[in-house]
Amino acid sequence: MSVSPLVEQLKGGLDAPICLTWELTYACNLECIHCLSSSGRRDPRELSTEQAKQVLDELAALQVFYINIGGGEPMVRRDFFEIVEYSVAKGIGVKFSTNGAYIDKDKAKRLTDMDYLDIQISLDGADAATNDVVRGVGSYDTARRAMDNLASAGFGPFKISVVVTRQNVSQLDSFKALADSYGAQLRITRLRPAGRGAHTWHQLHPTNAQQRDIYNWLSAHGENVLTGDSFFHLNALGPALPGLNMCGAGRVVCLIDPIGDVYACPFVIHDEFKAGNVLDAGGFTRVWRESDLFIDLRQPQSAGACASCGAYDECQGGCMAAKFFTGLPLDGPDPECVGGDADVMLASVPVSLVPRPSQDHSKPARVPSIAGSR
Amino acid sequence: MRRLLTAALEVHPQVALRPEPFGALAYHYDNRRLVFLRSRDMLKVVESLSTHPTLEEALVASEIEPQRWDSFQSAIDSLISSEIIRVR
Repeated sequence: MSVSPLVEQLKGGLDAPICLTWELTYACNLECIHCLSSSGRRDPRELSTEQAKQVLDELAALQVFYINIGGGEPMVRRDFFEIVEYSVAKGIGVKFSTNGAYIDKDKAKRLTDMDYLDIQISLDGADAATNDVVRGVGSYDTARRAMDNLASAGFGPFKISVVVTRQNVSQLDSFKALADSYGAQLRITRLRPAGRGAHTWHQLHPTNAQQRDIYNWLSAHGENVLTGDSFFHLNALGPALPGLNMCGAGRVVCLIDPIGDVYACPFVIHDEFKAGNVLDAGGFTRVWRESDLFIDLRQPQSAGACASCGAYDECQGGCMAAKFFTGLPLDGPDPECVGGDADVMLASVPVSLVPRPSQDHSKPARVPSIAGSR
Repeated sequence: MRRLLTAALEVHPQVALRPEPFGALAYHYDNRRLVFLRSRDMLKVVESLSTHPTLEEALVASEIEPQRWDSFQSAIDSLISSEIIRVR
């Protein structure tokens, strides 16, 4: 199986990203145990409204067609609508991820009235019991209420975004049925061991047998389910799943975090994958085009320990972030290699080699209050 | 494949084209489709569609050799399917 010439060219990088994620804030009303960005508290250095608009001006000049806004919970920002409306007016469509807590009837109406806006509501269980273990007590009902409000307002096909875990793999049909009941579109993505997810990944990531279930399910549902091309490591199991079969980090995708730091992808918020800051001289454009990190990622990558594996062309060695945060070498197998090639290595990674997070915005652990102390 | 040489075509008004080293990206703001134009010649032809009465004249004006017309027709046909291009 040969890699298409287009994919080869995309690996060499583009003049501007195709898919840019912008986490607007680290503040969040939830404390999901797998949060990629360890969100919770707002960072005092968060970009101001004016700085955010300057970044959007730059993205418009680069002809970035749309951005994915996330967080934290982006709707926590008081200027959320101002930023989104500014973006759309500049010709940059917005797709944003939310837990739905702030989508009441009025907001649902306001969102419905906007053009070029897509909404993804996160849900990690098809029932409250499964979902709330990961996303917090009450979060299932909150998400469903937001979906109801969007449906009543006539928003149209919003997206339901599911991170696939060991606990919810068996619910894929239920998620699909739920999405269908709203006329919504289902999106399922791969769990990454990033942020707080680094601590919970070993309990949450699907088993190898479940990975085959995911592959079979996606093969059967094809183009009707979105995946962000996040399951390409499963392509070693058979005919390729729809989408670009490659890691886009620093090549076609990147992440801007709430303080303007630019990372190679949304799953590697760590100093080792930080390329620069949008407030640096030359702005985002210079970071994208000239940073040492991104230029390096666009060079041909070594297959390393995977070079002799017959499935390498199909799986491309998997996900860089998944390897990094589990302490595996970047030029070796993915921790969820379907051939099991990482199992021995994974079991023997010394704790000292597993990267420590370079930042954490989690809320402080709650200390039980003493009755009457107030 | 449809015979498109005599068709009068144009880029859909909700589509933006962004030149890239491999050709161009085309994004449709309404149906959210992102499509790759796989050569700079293809971009040249697509951009010139609305200023020529037919696809054939756009191909001639873009100096595409006739032996490549079939492959251009089939690419244009698929761009019509994804609504990047439409009949005017």
